[in-house]
Amino acid sequence: MEILVCVRRVPDTSENEIQLNAAGNDIERDDLVYSVNEPDNYAVEEALQIAAKVGGNVTVVTVGGEDDEEVLRREMAMGANQGALISDGAFNGSDGKGIATVLKAFVQKGKYDLVLTGIQAEDGGAQVGGMLAALLDYPFASLVNSISVLDGGKLKVSREIEGGNKEMSEIDLPCVLSIQTGINEPRYVGMRGIRQVASVEIPTYNASELGVAPATVGEAGSKVKRVDYFVPALGKGAEMLQGDREEIIAKLIELMKAKGGMN
Amino acid sequence: MARIFAYIVHKAGVVDDSAAELAAAAKKIDSAASPVAIVTGWGAELDVVCESLRASYGEVWKVANEALSYPNAELVRQALVKVLPSGSVVLVPHAHFGMDLSPGLSIKLNAAFVSDVLGVEGVEGASLKLVRQEFGGQVSAHVRCDTSSGAVLNLRPGAFKPQESAPINGVIVDKSAEIGALSAKRRYLETVVAEAGDVDITKHAVLVSVGRGIQEKDNIAIAQELAEMLGAAVSCSRPVVDAKWLPKSRQVGSSGQTVKPKIYMACGMSGSFQHLAGIKGNPFIIAINKNPKAPIFQVADVGIVADILEFLPELTSKIRETRQVSA
Repeated sequence: MEILVCVRRVPDTSENEIQLNAAGNDIERDDLVYSVNEPDNYAVEEALQIAAKVGGNVTVVTVGGEDDEEVLRREMAMGANQGALISDGAFNGSDGKGIATVLKAFVQKGKYDLVLTGIQAEDGGAQVGGMLAALLDYPFASLVNSISVLDGGKLKVSREIEGGNKEMSEIDLPCVLSIQTGINEPRYVGMRGIRQVASVEIPTYNASELGVAPATVGEAGSKVKRVDYFVPALGKGAEMLQGDREEIIAKLIELMKAKGGMN
Repeated sequence: MARIFAYIVHKAGVVDDSAAELAAAAKKIDSAASPVAIVTGWGAELDVVCESLRASYGEVWKVANEALSYPNAELVRQALVKVLPSGSVVLVPHAHFGMDLSPGLSIKLNAAFVSDVLGVEGVEGASLKLVRQEFGGQVSAHVRCDTSSGAVLNLRPGAFKPQESAPINGVIVDKSAEIGALSAKRRYLETVVAEAGDVDITKHAVLVSVGRGIQEKDNIAIAQELAEMLGAAVSCSRPVVDAKWLPKSRQVGSSGQTVKPKIYMACGMSGSFQHLAGIKGNPFIIAINKNPKAPIFQVADVGIVADILEFLPELTSKIRETRQVSA
């Protein structure tokens, strides 16, 4: 099975406090720690497990700039067979549909049975997978938390729905699935693995190579534009307990007694 | 402003709470709007749903088809594309079904799409200024959406407060004949109900709930000791389940359990909206997080800036001490 996984490099929210910049129009991007978007990493692991089971190749692709190559290498160190970087100034400022349009062009250059994305990026809208599927006229399932390969060009997938329940469906290949975290346990990538793929060449594709009309992507093609970032004026917020540790614990115990949490 | 449609989620003949929230959001987009409820389904259940919507929507578009008995997003999309006028603004709740339906629907309608909308801050002609959150709720963003060729907006459950209004006795318009034959490349098989866990966290008055800040599986014991001291149960947020440190049955949130404790101790978690959606009954929320900017402090009653790996054991031993003295 030929599997394509769309990945992104994002600021890692478990490593960073995301703050506004001095001008208040963007987040402070200096000194941010970036990593592969977490659900995308689960998607790559899932692709590797499927390929190991039924045979095939895993390609990882990202739309971005030179800096984004590092996440492709990381996923190749995990075991992806090849990477591809889609990069063009014309793509800057693309909305979800713009990114999906670019990815559609890339998918059509190859021959993939299965396209995976992560369910959502840290700064994204859980949208590119579903849009890509609709552009390609492939079937789609979101929030996928298990996949098994059936005979006859089909998969059985489960979607995570309310209350921890699972919605089981059968889906024809080729299809697009957006992967929920927790579907598997992504393998560890050590420095040694990263070094092994450090010099592998990663092909780059621009708008004209993909046959993407610049007016359909980027700022020009976007109906949805982020204006600015802000921190909303809070409601009351929590009463923050102050003092040294002992005082804080004493206050907390009093509060818990008052609220009936301690007998 | 274009006509506004609200996609109604329903189950077993009961309208989801989101229906009233979508009506409220429609009024924020256009105070003069008379939003149309659009309902897909089949049989007597669908009729009950349409009837009950007449009180809150001036028009209810009913789309009945046996293939829509179960809301398969691919089939629902096909039906909506045939029925919706071009240029419509379509509101959908941002939950598992909306995430499945809306991105592809926006493509097929050639409409703009914005997901997980929390607020509407202004309308200038066909341009909407909307509010979203990014980076796990650490910052918010204003987004401009050009609705001139229509829009699909996924709205965060709970973000738009339903308005009280007199029943309006709306009309039901049957659109079923317009959709023609439906066929899907994804076919619904069954729903597998979650297994019950060893501990029923929905039955406890006090929950010690841990997030990513617990850092590793072995540290769960720290929370367990505190919970035992309090007669509480240990629950958790999604990353803890993803990491397989606790079973799914312990997860609080929209994709996990809905709990109604008296006291909820949110330990080392950011407080994503999906997690908060699982906490009902207005409990006293105690948040402990080493990041003073963690969004959980916005919703908690009491906040403590501390590393839970140090704080929880100290709290446990202090409570133990207090009890030994009084005993």
